[in-house]
Amino acid sequence: MKAAPFDHIAATSAEHALQLLGEAGDDGMVLAGGQTLVPMLAMRLARPSVLIDINGIADWAGIDVSGDAVRIKTATRQTAALKSDVIAENLPLLAKALPWVGHHQTRNRGTVGGSIAHGDPAAEIPLVAVALGAEIKLHSQTAARPVAADSFYQGPMMSDRNEDEILVEIDFPIWRDAGRTGAGFHEVAERHGDFAVVSAGAQVLLDDAGVCQKAAIAVGGVSGTPARLRDAEANLIGNVLSENLIDEALTGIGDHMDPADDLHGSADYRRRVARVLIGRALADAVADAGGSLS
Amino acid sequence: MSAPPGSNYHYVARKRRVKEDKRFVTGKGKYIQDVAVQDTKHVAVLASPHPRAKILSINAEAALAAPGVLTVLTGDELAEHTSPLYHGPDVPNLRWYPLAHQLTRYAGEWVAAVVAEDRYAAEDAVELIEVVYEPLEPVVDPEEALKPDAPLVHPDQGTNLVLEKDFVWGPVEEDFAAADHVLSFRARWGRSSTVPIETFGAMAQWDGGTESLQVWASIQMPNYQEQIANAMRLPLNSVRVHQDVDVGGSYGVKRGIKHTVLVAYLSKKLGGVPVCFIEDRLTNMSGGDAHGPDRIFYTDVAFTNDGVIKSMKIKAIDDCGAYPGRGPFQLGKPIAALVGPYKINSVHYHPISVSTNKTGQVPVRGMGQGPTNFMIELAVDKVARHLKMHRIEVRQRNFVRHDEFPYLNPTGTKYDSGDYHTVLEKTLELADFQNLVKRRDEIRAAGNLAGIGIGACLEPSGGNNMFEYLLNPKLEISTFMEGCQVRIDSTGNIIGTMGTTTSGQGHETLVATILGEEFQKDPDEIRVIHADTLAGLPTRSPVASRMAVMLGGAADGAAQKVKKQLHEIAAHNLEVPIGQLEYNNGDISDRNDPSRKLTWAELVNIAHRRYDLLPDGMEPGLQALHVMQVPLGGDYPDENNRVQLYPCFSFQAHIPFVEIDPGTGKVTVHEYFIGHDCGTVINPDIVRGMIIGGVAHGIGAALYEKFSYGEDGQFLSGTFVDYVMPSTFEVPYVKDVEHCTPSPLTSHGQKGSGEGGYLGAPAAMASAVNDALYPLGLSLEELPMRMTDIEALLHEGRHK
Amino acid sequence: MSRRDISLTINGKATTGVAEPRMTLLDFLRDELHLSGTHMGCEHGVCGACTVIVNGEPIRSCLMLAVQADGNTVQTVEGLCQEDGEPGLLQDAFRDAHGMQCGYCTPGMLMSAHALLQENLSPSDEDIREAIGGNICRCTGYTQIIDAIRLAGERMKEQGS
Repeated sequence: MKAAPFDHIAATSAEHALQLLGEAGDDGMVLAGGQTLVPMLAMRLARPSVLIDINGIADWAGIDVSGDAVRIKTATRQTAALKSDVIAENLPLLAKALPWVGHHQTRNRGTVGGSIAHGDPAAEIPLVAVALGAEIKLHSQTAARPVAADSFYQGPMMSDRNEDEILVEIDFPIWRDAGRTGAGFHEVAERHGDFAVVSAGAQVLLDDAGVCQKAAIAVGGVSGTPARLRDAEANLIGNVLSENLIDEALTGIGDHMDPADDLHGSADYRRRVARVLIGRALADAVADAGGSLS
Repeated sequence: MSAPPGSNYHYVARKRRVKEDKRFVTGKGKYIQDVAVQDTKHVAVLASPHPRAKILSINAEAALAAPGVLTVLTGDELAEHTSPLYHGPDVPNLRWYPLAHQLTRYAGEWVAAVVAEDRYAAEDAVELIEVVYEPLEPVVDPEEALKPDAPLVHPDQGTNLVLEKDFVWGPVEEDFAAADHVLSFRARWGRSSTVPIETFGAMAQWDGGTESLQVWASIQMPNYQEQIANAMRLPLNSVRVHQDVDVGGSYGVKRGIKHTVLVAYLSKKLGGVPVCFIEDRLTNMSGGDAHGPDRIFYTDVAFTNDGVIKSMKIKAIDDCGAYPGRGPFQLGKPIAALVGPYKINSVHYHPISVSTNKTGQVPVRGMGQGPTNFMIELAVDKVARHLKMHRIEVRQRNFVRHDEFPYLNPTGTKYDSGDYHTVLEKTLELADFQNLVKRRDEIRAAGNLAGIGIGACLEPSGGNNMFEYLLNPKLEISTFMEGCQVRIDSTGNIIGTMGTTTSGQGHETLVATILGEEFQKDPDEIRVIHADTLAGLPTRSPVASRMAVMLGGAADGAAQKVKKQLHEIAAHNLEVPIGQLEYNNGDISDRNDPSRKLTWAELVNIAHRRYDLLPDGMEPGLQALHVMQVPLGGDYPDENNRVQLYPCFSFQAHIPFVEIDPGTGKVTVHEYFIGHDCGTVINPDIVRGMIIGGVAHGIGAALYEKFSYGEDGQFLSGTFVDYVMPSTFEVPYVKDVEHCTPSPLTSHGQKGSGEGGYLGAPAAMASAVNDALYPLGLSLEELPMRMTDIEALLHEGRHK
Repeated sequence: MSRRDISLTINGKATTGVAEPRMTLLDFLRDELHLSGTHMGCEHGVCGACTVIVNGEPIRSCLMLAVQADGNTVQTVEGLCQEDGEPGLLQDAFRDAHGMQCGYCTPGMLMSAHALLQENLSPSDEDIREAIGGNICRCTGYTQIIDAIRLAGERMKEQGS
């Protein structure tokens, strides 16, 4: 399984990378961690003439607080994210999701931006981006534009990114409101570390009376893109969360799902399991926020 | 308990380092990819995307013109110049060549091969070959394939049926008529295989100067060189297979005969350049023809109110894909233990092998005993549930008893020794069974699903392939032998030579340990080498869980011959009768006067240099070859098709403890306990490793592994993302306990142990999952029991 | 595309080689540098047989391009040996626990184990699972590999290293 021939250029700066991609057009692909791209090259499913390697661009790695968001630069390794105190303190849902991403060998090379750009509908990091309403920054040689995560994703592995654009950073909103924030993340895969078949993430903010003031719920693997469950969120906000309430809030979410049917799970399996995992993610989020479900 | 009580072994049954491990940990293993021959060229293959199609044309012009390309080969040329590859069943019109000829018969079948300076150039050129196909309607379901109007996988064969037999052993109808109960069920063993981490690879070089073909390969099979010679139309004594290539796992499947004939033909065609073909993983999964059993059982079991199983009727339909090879014989080997470890009185067996448009089949670890044990244990559990008896009690009631060995089973095979009750007892104790029940019940009380599995399985070992004759009477073979040569060199070092390959079983350690034991010399200083097939020794290869018995026995036999020679030299020089001699760590003394002795060095010197001191007629040097025939082998079936198959029977009791997440169907194996009895254990670490490794393989077959095909014949499990194998997260730390009922038939009481984990784990896992489902009145009879299957069943159950 | 010069440090030694951009680090180590200890199992990043350590971290060498390793520090299974090529402590622990059979996944396992033991000499079962969870073995069922890693940790502690 040897890749078809290509050229490889190690970009020395952000401008350099953007210029190279601008010139290459649809013949060029960006190489970050390579954990997804290199197998595709090996199977000759991807056949770029040039790979633009962004691993050496210092400006494009890093995790910092930027205003009310945690700004993660695209080529930040997943391992760095997993170890990051900034993420642990400010993005509890991402912190809960990261241990589910692959294996340590893949996290040592795989990048946060790469995972988001790839857009596997069940993948953990895209799911968190959608749940929290992250802002994705796309740059080309000539322009820079922010895109909300849930408009970014348009279908399985299909996004709003143009061929001459590189995803350079993602801003994940920090919940600074008064109260206690908690998060829960669940996924099911055949083996630990495998691609998720179905994934679910929830983050809630509870006030002192245990009333839910804010909720973010998203599910992966049940449509072409990670899906934000805004209706369910709306039904939870303003209430003390109970099992019954959650049950009611999640009624009918299956109607909005259009899951794939493959050997890893039938469409019906995905629908039913999504329901279960969302419930569990919410229960965990509530417990994490110091509450309890009646 | 690794050795019979009272035995006083110095090296056998003692924990000792495995010799082979040193080169593996230092990265110095020599696998096929590490064999370096100057000027080697490399092959890449073009695969057909269609499950069934006519090849209308192949245009290789652009490929031939590509940089670095030496030649492009198609099936037409091979069909003209080579003979079809071997099949076990009697199917002369079912022709198999390394490249498809006129028709392609499964998605992934090789249609053309490119030879180039390197693998990159070869793969680049493969993309330039243009093939025009006429897709045809495939047949994918084995039961559909048996119907008269089914598309024919091999039109010249006239049928998709590859073999069908009907055996009745004992008074089946009377036993069924007299039984209090009869249960019928269908069981399904899904298409899976043992999939080693190293793919198959072979390199061939035709040497015109000596008119010989040299072959190196990652190989594990009997008659490899014969099949190469036959296909290449070469005399057998011009084929030299190097058998000292380290094989990165095989567990039965590395047969690679079509890969080998491909590179052999190419090397000859290209005037003797070495040609190498290493499967990449995509080629391996779809085109390697290494899929395992894919079997449907229809079973009736007749039993009494007391849970005594009297008889079984078994119909087994196995899908061997487009090219059977020896695959269908996996319906025959289980005849050795068709009734398992139970005193079942009679059995009716109706095996059928059928071709479909799928990847070809190959013998897999256990040669069909795994699926068969799965079916037998399902039957026993169903009997227990039906009678509301404990699954343990039913087994205890039906087990052959310790005082009944050798036990003759209805198909004509005697089980040599065993104590199934004690092994099960020891396993229950290891598992702290009552506590497991308590844990299970606590999980259930909390509203979740948990189950304990009981699996009791025989591992026939030693290898006696008379089942081939039962399935194809043209195969008159009654010799199942293994040879070993032992040599003491001129400085007193011991060398053992074995005649076949090794794929992780530690044969060098096996031979060195036995030779060390017999000669009372440190096995670490004994060298074991692999003869190539020309220098060769008679061998049937390391299949059939046979090497401890057969290679061990051959090594022992050769050692005894050399020891006899040493004694004769000593008797002659000390002038005493042989009976008066004492052997001590290689020195031989006069028992009546121990000061009169000859040291090892002196004996060796006499043998190698002092012809004047040798007894009359003795050959100089110290070497002996021993070729062992399989114990109890040599007979053909009687008029009732009864015959002794394998000689030695190992036994395991498996007790897994699982929890099932009712929301996702995901199974977690919390604990796995196994009790194993393989007679004398030559090397405890090797045996423990093989047993636990077999369990992991079995967990894979039980819960995860399947080669899936769409209804349209498309192959869906081509990568390791889609064919899921257990990691350490999916296999618990296995706890084991040993028992030893030595075989009376072998050199040190040893039996085989290489398959048992795999032969019992799928059965035990099915028992565990079904125990978890039992309170809901649900059960599964199909492997693998994937989380999606379990969840769907639970969902159906809730909505019934 | 044309071959590039690559300079890197392998097992402590400054080394150079050439590779086309499409050549993986795995193929570069094996075919260009003749370090055949690292093995190819799947070429799509699942089995872990190709695990080596780059800049102190275990990675799948089939998923890294050789050209990306330019200027980097790489450790392979050969680097775990002593100066004279004899097995090191970790390798000997694998021998004593017989944490292998066919040996094909072993170099990858050793590198993952090595990385773990660099951080933690008393790994829990969970820690060990995490460390080797991305390395598939078809021979051993993992139990004796886990024994080997625990044994190595204990011996390293005794040694005071």
